[in-house]
Amino acid sequence: MSSQHVTAPDYFVPGPSKWPVLTGASLLLTMVGASAWVNDLAWGPYANIAGILCVLVILYNWFGESIAESEGGLYSKRIDISYRWSMSWFIFSEVMFFAAFFGALFYARAITLPWLGDLDHKVLWPDFNAVWGSVGPAGVVESFKTMGPFPIPTINTALLLTSGATLTIAHHALKENKRTQTAIWLFATILLGVTFMGFQVFEYMHAYSELNLKLTSGIYGSTFFMLTGFHGFHVTMGAIMLSVVLYRVLKGHFTPEHHFAFEGAAWYWHFVDVVWLGLYVVVYWL
Amino acid sequence: AEVKDIPGGPAVNQLNLHPPVTKIAEQIYSLHTFMLIICLVIFVAVFGVMFYSILKHRKSLGHKSATFHESTTVEIAWTIVPFLIVIAMALPATKTVVAMKDTSNADITIKATGMQWKWGYDYLKGDGQGISFLSNLATPRTQVGAPGVAPTEARGDNYLIEVDNPVVVPVNKKIRIITTANDVIHAWAIPSFGVQQDAIPGFVRDAWFRAEKIGTYRGQCDKLCGKEHAFMPIVVNVVSEDDYKKWVDGKNKEMAAQADDPNKVWTVDELKQRGEKVYATNCVACHQATGKGVPGAFPALDGSAVVSGPKAAQIQLVLNGKNAMPSWKALSDTELAAVITYTRNNWSNKAQQNIVQPAEVLAARK
Amino acid sequence: MSTTAINPATGHAHDQSDDHAYGHHDHPHGWRRWLYATNHKDIGSLYLWFSFFMFMSGGVMALAIRAELFQPGLQLMQPEFFNQLTTMHGLVMVFGAIMPAFVGYANWMIPLQIGAPDMAFARMNNFSFWLLPVAACLLIGSFLVPGGAVAAGWTLYAPLSTQMGPGMDLAIFAVHIMGASSIMGAINIIVTILNMRAPGMTLMKMPMFCWTWLITAYLLIAVMPVLAGAITMTLTDRHFGTSFFNAAGGGDPVMYQHIFWFFGHPEVYIMILPAFGIISQIIPAFARKQLFGYASMVYATASIAILSFMVWAHHMFTSGMPVTGQLFFMYATMLIAVPTGVKIFNWIATMWRGSMSFETPMLFAIGFIFVFTLGGFTGLILAVTPIDIQVHDTYYVVAHFHYVLVAGSLFALFAGFYYWGPKWTGYMYSEARGKFHFWASLITFNITFFPMHFLGLAGMPRRIADYPAQFTDFNMIASIGALGFGLSQVYFLFAVVLPSIRGGEKAADKPWDGAEGLEWTVPSPAPFHTFEVPPIVK
Ligand code: HEA
Ligand code: HEA
Ligand code: CUA
Ligand SMILES: [Cu+2]
Repeated sequence: MSSQHVTAPDYFVPGPSKWPVLTGASLLLTMVGASAWVNDLAWGPYANIAGILCVLVILYNWFGESIAESEGGLYSKRIDISYRWSMSWFIFSEVMFFAAFFGALFYARAITLPWLGDLDHKVLWPDFNAVWGSVGPAGVVESFKTMGPFPIPTINTALLLTSGATLTIAHHALKENKRTQTAIWLFATILLGVTFMGFQVFEYMHAYSELNLKLTSGIYGSTFFMLTGFHGFHVTMGAIMLSVVLYRVLKGHFTPEHHFAFEGAAWYWHFVDVVWLGLYVVVYWL
Repeated sequence: AEVKDIPGGPAVNQLNLHPPVTKIAEQIYSLHTFMLIICLVIFVAVFGVMFYSILKHRKSLGHKSATFHESTTVEIAWTIVPFLIVIAMALPATKTVVAMKDTSNADITIKATGMQWKWGYDYLKGDGQGISFLSNLATPRTQVGAPGVAPTEARGDNYLIEVDNPVVVPVNKKIRIITTANDVIHAWAIPSFGVQQDAIPGFVRDAWFRAEKIGTYRGQCDKLCGKEHAFMPIVVNVVSEDDYKKWVDGKNKEMAAQADDPNKVWTVDELKQRGEKVYATNCVACHQATGKGVPGAFPALDGSAVVSGPKAAQIQLVLNGKNAMPSWKALSDTELAAVITYTRNNWSNKAQQNIVQPAEVLAARK
Repeated sequence: MSTTAINPATGHAHDQSDDHAYGHHDHPHGWRRWLYATNHKDIGSLYLWFSFFMFMSGGVMALAIRAELFQPGLQLMQPEFFNQLTTMHGLVMVFGAIMPAFVGYANWMIPLQIGAPDMAFARMNNFSFWLLPVAACLLIGSFLVPGGAVAAGWTLYAPLSTQMGPGMDLAIFAVHIMGASSIMGAINIIVTILNMRAPGMTLMKMPMFCWTWLITAYLLIAVMPVLAGAITMTLTDRHFGTSFFNAAGGGDPVMYQHIFWFFGHPEVYIMILPAFGIISQIIPAFARKQLFGYASMVYATASIAILSFMVWAHHMFTSGMPVTGQLFFMYATMLIAVPTGVKIFNWIATMWRGSMSFETPMLFAIGFIFVFTLGGFTGLILAVTPIDIQVHDTYYVVAHFHYVLVAGSLFALFAGFYYWGPKWTGYMYSEARGKFHFWASLITFNITFFPMHFLGLAGMPRRIADYPAQFTDFNMIASIGALGFGLSQVYFLFAVVLPSIRGGEKAADKPWDGAEGLEWTVPSPAPFHTFEVPPIVK
């Protein structure tokens, strides 16, 4: 169905679509379910998961439609540029999301901690020893050990950095129209990502079982798990995006000139890498 | 009856800040006046020009429009001039900020603890050290009324800004107030002193004042702290040095007399009697006098499983709080024992374990 | 089916026969038209109706608040319900009324102003909109859950937020969704403006409304994620045992305030910059004179946006920060008066020696300048740390922000409606009724909110359900004013908006002789599709 268009339209305005409003409705179900779940209502998880499944099914169709449009030659150069802008600014918004949590970590360590330990606060917390990784002043947190950079986080750093490289190789291969190479290197990237996640899961298990380090381990546990957790979530999202791209490469989509989906996913992956480097330094080393 | 002005509190239809009784409040007052005047002058100048233009440069008067649309000189001028004005405003303010923050060398240090919904005061340093009391709203609910229930008592002039135990401080002494809180953020504020300081749970913050005039000064908790936020006023009595000494003596005696020996063994009736009072000051706002609570918001105690169940669980819950229920650690062992015993034997409750002794509460605190 | 596409190289349209469903000539009818909309004008209308509905809901809550505060004592509601009303009034007005209204204007006007056929991402545009009713259901529905809606103030301060019932969780998820909607909307606007301008429309030729929205969109994508982070932490503190805002575990409630206001302060400029944009379109049109200092307007807007990231802690002067912090945030905040002043002066210079006429858009624009400046001045007074410490969390603050939000943002929205409404509906509104709406609004607005300055100076705390009797008279006046202001808006709906949709005097393509811009080159009402062939801008 593709090559009928000699020139793609400068602006492509899609016709009416039922996907957005259906996604909205599914999100309503998801969020009502989530609220019920966190408040321990029995039907919460079902509603929540049903909502998420609906969202996924709808997004599958929605993106399928977009891909068909793209393959149908409807996306001009200008639309390509639009996608580039939008992906960049989306990633920027993700950076700001992480900034909130990095900010929380910074604030808790550099401002709150010394505050709680200062002379005035002896009125409230006479015995508090203000060192990072402490159990908090009130003695409500069980004692735990902090997580160092060795060995898993360092291995994971190496994994992610390598995956950045393999992804770049895949990109070059795509630009030279070497399909098989592209697929192989892309697959390697995904594999590295999955391995990363495996180690991450292992690290969490280690934290819970041996270090007694939990989400409930005071501000240290909170920032540790929320930062690494959201990062892990983003790695997973990135891996899914790359998988879709891999699938499309195998289907023969993309040309050496025209492969924004690949590049967008790649940007996202690099962004996830960079966030990891931040985590590696700030969460594990310092 | 018409409401009257309250010296040290708000006047009827007051238009400006309270008459200041500290140096800081005076500076704030004049800063405000100063700002107001500058803003007024700018306002008149800017809108003088605008309204002149509106009057003269109208199409209906046949005014033809000019064509100019920029002028670097003018634009630079009206960037720089406001910049200078702003600096002129910031300079005197800086001085006051620095002075407000200087809480060193206080004569008396008092810790104010915000709790839902009352204040606790501990005199930490200086004359009166060791004094400690709670300060509750003194206005009876019968003056407030409720939806559908008209108040049965006429409102006094100090409606909502009166307490049972005011803070008492000597005149002309530097008082440092340390604020903290037990549950959520409150704010300790006395407008006449130019003081407002948040009270943050788990943290201490401080502010200071040196009141220069004897009198009673009133403020309210300024930070939204839940449903009774409107009902936790702050009252400070500034008294002469002599009167302060007398108050300290009296307070010390009173506290000695009141101090309950946590090891004393009470009878159920004694505890119930005491507990009823504790309930009325602390619990009734949520759980209601009927013990029925507010459906959906505050659980009923009448017929509650916790209240008729094992007493250890109830002691823990009252001590540590849960969800919207605050922790009541600040009450004494005897008060807690009394109120728990009261709930276990009141309304339709006939708990198996119907008496809790202060010693048990003491033990549970560990 | 035959569809038209435009060749970028030659700039003219040519036909292609392909039955693939990308036809932007589809013009669906009935409910599908709205549910499945991808047309920027339809989506713009949806936004505008939604926001007006939310404005009415938030307004009814405000009237309930004012009714309870009519006299001392508790007459109509329990204080916990009062707090729910205050909180929901703030959330609904900010996230439900003002922000979506500006996005509605952006949807309608940005493509028309830059000569684009639609927004860059039409389907995502629809998605951004339909997320809003979802969020509104969660928010408003939360009144019905046990414990009722969230009652922690629109700022949702910890740890009060941890004490709330399930209503809080619904609010958190609602805000997440509105945040997602805003981020997508912002990306859409940025891309549309950066990538879809007609040939010849350089950035520095762009109408001011587009400029202010471009900058606003950047603010949105920078701060909405931060808000999402903050409330996510609240959620995990509530349910998963984290200690972000809990001192016992080494966290800090004040940290919440920092993160919130890092969002919250830019947020208030998100609600005013597009208003500045609207005013900058209207003043030149009715002064029949080009906007004075276009370039400095752009720079001033950008400066306000940049400065807005450096002033957040002026909302926290009483939380107790080091003296250096207080001074820094005081100076930075006061600096914002400078670029804002530039804007005010530029408008007045535009009016100066113009040839002015005073139709309703111009009245609202002038009203805006006048009353917004009052609110700006009280903002500046609040920026002075010692004064703020005195009046923080009193009605002085409430007065300040209603002057900038109601007489600022809302009046600008009204001005924009009167100015562009004829383009949307094809009919002129009734000038006499418009003028009546203006004067009624202006007067009752001031009756409502001016006395609040006095209440605040005299120390009346905000967010209280009952107050000392000395405050009675001003509260009564405010409540009466509020009812009047509310009725004025009901009048606006029934006597101005609805009639001007149904019919009336036909609007010319360019009903204002002084107006400039591409939007006036298309017919009134603007046809479903405009600028399929990009206009050339000289
Ligand atoms: C549209 C929204 C909007 C806008 C535009 C502003 C604009 C400003 N605001 Fe406001 N503000 C809010 C919405 C807004 N605010 C809200 C919602 C809150 C409360 C939130 C809550 O707690 O719930 C708040 C609270 C708030 C506070 C905290 C008060 C407190 O809680 O204690 C402060 C303190 O500094 C402040 C300051 C300012 C300043 C300095 C400006 C400046 O931008 C104003 C600049 C304008 C002018 C100064 C006038 C025009 C200028 C001239 C004519 C030039 C010449 C003038 C001089 C040289 C003086 N605002
Ligand atoms: C963003 C914009 C915005 C707008 C437009 C408004 C509009 C109004 N606000 Fe708003 N207000 C806020 C934002 C806004 N507010 C915020 C952010 C807060 C802080 C919340 C907090 O503390 O957390 C606040 C808090 C606030 C308070 C303080 C509450 C407290 O501290 O307890 C008060 C009190 O008077 C108030 C009053 C009003 C009034 C009278 C209006 C009027 O302009 C409303 C006009 C009324 C109507 C538009 C109603 C019209 C409808 C009818 C008359 C009914 C007719 C019915 C049918 C047609 C069926 N507001
Ligand atoms: Cu305590 Cu408000
Ligand atoms: Cu601000």
